[in-house]
Amino acid sequence: MSEAAAHDHHDAQSTGLMRWLTTTNHKDIGTLYLLFSLTMFFIGGSMAMVIRLELFQPGLQFVDPQFYNSMTTMHALIMIFGAVMPAWTGFANWMIPIMIGAPDMALPRLNNWSFWILPFAFLMLLSTLFMPGGAPAGGWTMYPPLVLQTGDAFPYLIFAIHFLGASSIAGAINVIATVFNMRAPGMTLMKLPLFVWTWIITAFLLIASIPVLAGAVTMLLTDKYFGTAFFSAAGGGDPVMFQHIFWFFGHPEVYILILPAFGIVSAIIPTFARKPLFGYSSMVYATGAIAFLSFIVWAHHMFTVGMPLAGELFFMYTTVLIAVPTGVKIFNWVATMWRGSMTFETPMLFALAFVVLFTIGGFSGLMLGVTPVDFQYHDTYFVVAHFHYVLVTGAVFALMAGTYFWLPKWTGHMYNETLGKWHFWLSTISVNVLFFPQHFLGLSGMPRRIPDYAVQFSDFNMVSSIGGFIYGASQILFVVVVVKCIRGGKKATDQVWEGAQGLEWTLPSPPPLHSFTEAPDPSSITGGNR
Amino acid sequence: MNFLKKYASYAFLSFSVFPLSVFADWGLNLPRGVTPFSQEIYDLHMYVLWIMCAIGVVVFGAMFYSILVHRKSRGAKAANWHHSTQVEIVWTVIPFVILIAVAVPATRSLIMMEDVGDADMTIKVTGYQWKWHYDYIGTEVDFFSTIEEKSNSARRRGSNIDPFEVEHYLRDVDNYVVVPTNKKIRFLTTAGDVIHAWWVPALGWKRDAIPGFINESWAFIKEPGVYRGQCAELCGKDHGFMPIVVRAVPEGEYIAWVEQQSQARALASEQKNSRNILARTRTDQ
Repeated sequence: MSEAAAHDHHDAQSTGLMRWLTTTNHKDIGTLYLLFSLTMFFIGGSMAMVIRLELFQPGLQFVDPQFYNSMTTMHALIMIFGAVMPAWTGFANWMIPIMIGAPDMALPRLNNWSFWILPFAFLMLLSTLFMPGGAPAGGWTMYPPLVLQTGDAFPYLIFAIHFLGASSIAGAINVIATVFNMRAPGMTLMKLPLFVWTWIITAFLLIASIPVLAGAVTMLLTDKYFGTAFFSAAGGGDPVMFQHIFWFFGHPEVYILILPAFGIVSAIIPTFARKPLFGYSSMVYATGAIAFLSFIVWAHHMFTVGMPLAGELFFMYTTVLIAVPTGVKIFNWVATMWRGSMTFETPMLFALAFVVLFTIGGFSGLMLGVTPVDFQYHDTYFVVAHFHYVLVTGAVFALMAGTYFWLPKWTGHMYNETLGKWHFWLSTISVNVLFFPQHFLGLSGMPRRIPDYAVQFSDFNMVSSIGGFIYGASQILFVVVVVKCIRGGKKATDQVWEGAQGLEWTLPSPPPLHSFTEAPDPSSITGGNR
Repeated sequence: MNFLKKYASYAFLSFSVFPLSVFADWGLNLPRGVTPFSQEIYDLHMYVLWIMCAIGVVVFGAMFYSILVHRKSRGAKAANWHHSTQVEIVWTVIPFVILIAVAVPATRSLIMMEDVGDADMTIKVTGYQWKWHYDYIGTEVDFFSTIEEKSNSARRRGSNIDPFEVEHYLRDVDNYVVVPTNKKIRFLTTAGDVIHAWWVPALGWKRDAIPGFINESWAFIKEPGVYRGQCAELCGKDHGFMPIVVRAVPEGEYIAWVEQQSQARALASEQKNSRNILARTRTDQ
């Protein structure tokens, strides 16, 4: 008890910058994660704007090919490791203790540390833009031997990835420790909100896959500087082995990026349909099944490296099999809406757009999984369209949905609904103008990662760029909505949304510094349908 | 105004998946290609695409019906059910059956693609930063193939050359890969520095060219013609500027070409030899 009091005292003491540097409070750290992620979203986004600007017309107008390659590489690294992953950790920090009826995360000091690694890691990574030889330009997948041609930036890239990995693992450990030790009495595992469930599974994926990445990049480092030849055929190594190791991390990674999104959408749709989530337990099992399958499909990212027939068949079958549990989830969301009583506030709009557009990304994903046809699709804009549908209109749209959904809880104010809807419609229309034509570009033969293209690809590239500029500009509106909401607005009730259920809505808006200093009344834990 | 109209129609197109086959010539879809394999996977692609469209119609149809009808503003009252084991089993089994219907023809095509035996001839393709080298195994013919000079100067920043004015901009090379039609050609792909990927869409596949490893693929080109492609695996600064051009000709013409190449090569090496001899005599003096 006295320790808790001392802790409160400490929180009250620090102000200004020191408060944020030394904070061990899950909400403060969650806020830091989210603001950091938003910053990175704009830095990575501006790189995407450079890419779309160069591709607006055939010919090289603005940047040189090497810098263009740096842009695609850095855009991917920043968006994956800087924008989406920290955003999910931010949501986890804010929401998991509140959702399970705990006062804070289990390991608050580790929590502080895992956040504060990030800004340094990204300073290191971004500083490479100003180094001789330029920023890494071998693609975020870092395939050797190409990546070994990176200049002075190389060790910075490797160590930035080590830092990011350490931060992610610490965050994952914290989530697991919190959920397994700090649930309120009555909060059984099968009563956990789905966001918590998807995050536990994500945390296990992180712990299992990040060390694999760390190993792979360390081998790159020793290959470059210490004379090893893990990935050099001339020295008895194998460049394809890197791809196997990388994608053994990389495929679970894509589910790390998307599983929490499933959790958020599973919270939002029932709320605004005013109807319990359909098939709660099948949602949990489907998430588990997807996580398991994610470890045995990795080679579908590299069908063209020349695998034996048996390998190609195995990875094709396992890959298309993922459609079954993913389909179950989509059907469950539609069934949740069915015979509901729906309203369409901004979070619901984003969640509905998520269901449709993520499913389109799933369709192209299944097509890509069909090995013989992938020999055509592989490394074209069809792939680019696919993963942007699942990552932008999938993960990022879910992040937007979640932000609008919980923003009133976090700030105590309602956001401006009109602006929110503008943000939604502008984003949804422009993101489709941006990415849909890329399917056509890929099918008609445009490879990815090229700064200039044959003239038959001009029209769709121009359309895509226009969509890109509008999408990019629309996100400024998002910042406006968030800032306005933090600074003031209509007072939010505890309940916020009419159909909302779960422990977070029993707390005041904004919640007190320590969420549940006393365990919530077990009868208030309904669970099982969110 | 025409400009606007054109782009308006494209914007419309980009939202509608269905006219894909109708507008196949507009650069919207996979090419049918000119090999049995490319045509088979084109059909497979369309087959899977139509299945996806059908699923989309059902799922999104149900969803949009629900969005339109089951809304609070229309006075819809929420039901309270939240699971049904039967329904859940049904929608686990149906996708599974659909996947089997996809996997069977896909397996057949894949087995066909991986059968590289009984080839009539072999071409070894080696990727370098940033050009291709072709070696016609068993003949005297081997050469480098790099981007054609007009494209190469036009693509430089500040060249002030309009790409639309350059014929086959970024898709033309100095030396074409000449191959015979109606022969099973085995391609061996490898690389000398970093990983590249050799891709001509009309042949229906791409294959990575990996230093230290040799990959096998094959093509059986039915129609004479010129087929263009380019490197498909990021290989550094000029990855976008290493095109591939395959020219398929009837067998007789191909044999004549090989002979002509061999003679030219013999002549060149003779000249080189005589130059060397000259040079040596000069140093001897």
